[in-house]
Amino acid sequence: MNLFSIFVGAILVNNFVLAKFLGICPFLGVSKKVETALGMGIAVTFVMTLSSIITYLVQIAILNRFGLEYLQTIAFILVIAALVQFVEMFLKKSSPGLYEALGVYLPLITTNCAVLGLAILNIQSEYNLIQTIVNSLGAALGFTLAIVLFAGIRERLDLADVPESLKGFPIALITAGLMSIAFMGFAGLSI
Amino acid sequence: MNGFKYLKNGLINENPTFVQLLGMCPTLAVTTSAENGMGMGLATTAVLIGSNIAISLLRKVIPDKIRIPAFVVVIATFVTIIDMFMHAYALDLYKSLGLFIPLIVVNCLILGRAEAFASKNSVGASILDAIGMGLGFTIALTILGSVRELIGAGSIFGYTIIGGAYKPALIMILPPGAFIALGLLIGLVNYISRKKAA
Repeated sequence: MNLFSIFVGAILVNNFVLAKFLGICPFLGVSKKVETALGMGIAVTFVMTLSSIITYLVQIAILNRFGLEYLQTIAFILVIAALVQFVEMFLKKSSPGLYEALGVYLPLITTNCAVLGLAILNIQSEYNLIQTIVNSLGAALGFTLAIVLFAGIRERLDLADVPESLKGFPIALITAGLMSIAFMGFAGLSI
Repeated sequence: MNGFKYLKNGLINENPTFVQLLGMCPTLAVTTSAENGMGMGLATTAVLIGSNIAISLLRKVIPDKIRIPAFVVVIATFVTIIDMFMHAYALDLYKSLGLFIPLIVVNCLILGRAEAFASKNSVGASILDAIGMGLGFTIALTILGSVRELIGAGSIFGYTIIGGAYKPALIMILPPGAFIALGLLIGLVNYISRKKAA
């Protein structure tokens, strides 16, 4: 697989949210407004790319070398939790503007299963470092695309006349289902 | 509260899926059939019981400031145990759940119960709470899996229910079906609870 097909495949064909069901919690939770959705998307892109590089190195340099593959889950979740904390502290010192914008979303990312899922998937697919970075960037952009589009639809849904029982969460899920059907169209993309 | 109330709390009043809307990723991803849904539910229940016991026992030892990382490590340990256990004894299920077994770590239901319940209550109560919440989750996943399997493949637990001229709607097994089926099920639960309240 060349890098371009990995990249486009990760954004559209294997969209993390709509095809793989990773990162559903923030997708449904932080998608009431386009602005906040975009903030979440950028924060996730940042953390996902960084964490997949570090988990890749941890896997190669520590787990594989010492035969500790069974500790993968524990090691990765600790790396991600520590990384999120570190990024938060770093941004606070170095760029307060970005920190203000991303601040609230950062702690939420630790429990975003897309981050851990991506780290494990990269190892399972046996990507090398460059492929890992490209795949992570694509997956994260796919997440951002999905959550921003979804937020746009939800803003309009607020004004729509929805049956009482379906208001809020249920109609959001059904909307996501329709979006997922639309994204299935990309499955025919031959790259 | 007596023991029965803890169970009922998890099963009905605060059902993790239909009422609290926790743990949505595995709920949507693995419910392509009743069997997968139930397998995921039981695996999560096992982790939940283990982590609730451990965290309840350690609740006076863990310093308040680092409690979240401590909880995550405890949960990750139990997930690794379940992961290996399923790999050894339930290979088919292990293969069909795939990535979502290690991802039990980040299921907010488990961390949520650790934070909201096990870190404040006795071991006995925490076990009952874990069983109630775990079974509530399992039942919700089994129902969702059954609905999707029935419409999408005409069977439940692999047994053909509607055969003959019925042409299965494959879309229910594919990702969009998960979103739509869960949306309608939660809508139905809302409808019933509104009827009851009225």
